[in-house]
Amino acid sequence: MPPSSAKAVIEFRGVSKRYGVGAVGLDQATFAVDRGEFVFLVGATGSGKSTLMRLLIKELEPDAGMIRVAGHDLAEIVRNRVPYYRRNLGVVFQDFKLLPNRTVHDNVAYALQVTGRTRREIRDKVPDILRLTGLSTKLHNFPDELSGGEQQRVSIARAFVNHPPLLLADEPTGNLDPETSIGIMQLLYRINRTGTTVLVATHDQTMVDKMRRRVIELREGRVVRDEATGLYTRDESTREFALRLRNDAPQAPEHL
Amino acid sequence: MRLSFFLREALRSMRRNAVPSFAAMATVLVTMLMLGLFIPVVQATTGAANSVRKRVLVDVYLKTSAKPADVARVQTLLHKTPHVGKLEYVSRDAAYAQQRKAHPDLYKLLGANPLPDTFRVTPDNPDNALALQRALAPPAAAGGVVPIDESIAVVKNRKTDTQKILTVTNMVKVTTAVLALVLISASVLLIANTIRLSMFARKREVEVMKLVGATDWFIRWPFVIEGTILGALGALGAVVLLGLGKVLVLDRFFHGITSVSAPHTVPFAALIAIVLAGGVAVSALGSGISLRRFLRV
Ligand SMILES: Nc1ncnc2c1ncn2[C@@H]1O[C@H](COP(=O)(O)OP(=O)(O)OP(=O)(O)O)[C@@H](O)[C@H]1O
Ligand SMILES: [Mg+2]
Repeated sequence: MPPSSAKAVIEFRGVSKRYGVGAVGLDQATFAVDRGEFVFLVGATGSGKSTLMRLLIKELEPDAGMIRVAGHDLAEIVRNRVPYYRRNLGVVFQDFKLLPNRTVHDNVAYALQVTGRTRREIRDKVPDILRLTGLSTKLHNFPDELSGGEQQRVSIARAFVNHPPLLLADEPTGNLDPETSIGIMQLLYRINRTGTTVLVATHDQTMVDKMRRRVIELREGRVVRDEATGLYTRDESTREFALRLRNDAPQAPEHL
Repeated sequence: MRLSFFLREALRSMRRNAVPSFAAMATVLVTMLMLGLFIPVVQATTGAANSVRKRVLVDVYLKTSAKPADVARVQTLLHKTPHVGKLEYVSRDAAYAQQRKAHPDLYKLLGANPLPDTFRVTPDNPDNALALQRALAPPAAAGGVVPIDESIAVVKNRKTDTQKILTVTNMVKVTTAVLALVLISASVLLIANTIRLSMFARKREVEVMKLVGATDWFIRWPFVIEGTILGALGALGAVVLLGLGKVLVLDRFFHGITSVSAPHTVPFAALIAIVLAGGVAVSALGSGISLRRFLRV
């Protein structure tokens, strides 16, 4: 086994997770993700992608193996320190997980409030991040007044407002149409370009092919493929990136 | 920053759960109202019982034929008897004068003084009244009782009446205490349930809060504040009703009576303090119970 690289943001070593009798979540998964990488996690349904994500946010504990994030062994984080650990992560889910009774602004502000930021900081930061995610006009709308893509933008804004070094997204485009999905991927790529490491679990094979980033494939909890789908340039601008996503795919439906 | 944030969160949640919040508040109100009524009632009955107990006496009636020498002899004898507290001598003349003043018409009909000399003996402890009576007039072998001095006609105590009063007041006390206990536990459970329902409705919300790194206490404080505010509002309502009851009913119709028959009831200010503190404590306990179970998931 190679020594843990100093640059690694995520490191899994022989991690296994079993649910009750039979169901395998993860099986001896080993891989590492370096700082600043953009990595796709793919695999059939039930292959363990969500399990891996939930282990990373310490919602689950592994049965065996070791998980390190930014050099810290997750097993050493005691229960009442978990909230503080999670503040270093941005998390995005397929079902957005927004607070239904709060406006767009308040949803994003909540992530700052839990860390005890002052009102002034919240006033400064929230509009900025909402401009970045293209939600400036929806500030005072409630989640159920937004489209799926807009809701996912809110959840990305919330995940990124603390500028975490690591952003996890579990099927962020699972409920969205192809064009909206490209917008979301573009947003994640923009965030990645600020230096944030991004790990995205997805079913969307065409998207993965077009984006040409590193891909980790799981099958029945095992890592069966881990390769950088070459040919991609790290310094591609977000605009070029989006153009390529649309043009490379003749099968992508045109939106007027 | 923190406190004002938690306060705003608590108010927001109360607005959103207006109906259960109102139910919880009403429960505290009713409980505290009952408590506010029970405390003076229990204290009044206790006070009444105590003043009855203080009046427990053993009367030693001498024969009308007793001479002053006999009176003196009985007095020394009584002083030596165990359980004797205070000893008061009422001569037949004094008793006659007293009674004639009280019932002039009745006593005009009587020629001579029919009353005997009397010793009013207060036992050292009301509970010893019976023992004292037995010491002064021990049961005889032939049945009945024989007083310890031949000049004593009869030894009586008013204990039997006293006993009845004490039994009744004790029953009142026990019943009210049990009722109060039942009511308080009912409202603790109801508050706990209200908070649990409002938390259950927001189970997903709490999950999300935890995901973005909220600590347990960050999630908990608004709920605790919510419960405390509800409890305080309920208690306040009870205090207002108690105050109205005091001003409109007690002070107007029973003026004076309460202070005479119940000299030991708590002052109204203290009662208010008890009711307010009770309301807050009940709701704090209620929310505490549900929170502890809830955040463990
Ligand atoms: N809470 C659970 N209890 C029992 N088994 C579970 C639980 N969660 C997941 N599993 C099982 O673990 C395996 C991996 O599930 P996981 O959710 O990680 O898959 P996934 O790759 O995210 O799938 P999908 O693409 O459908 O989201 C599956 O066989 C699933 O049935
Ligand atoms: Mg999944």
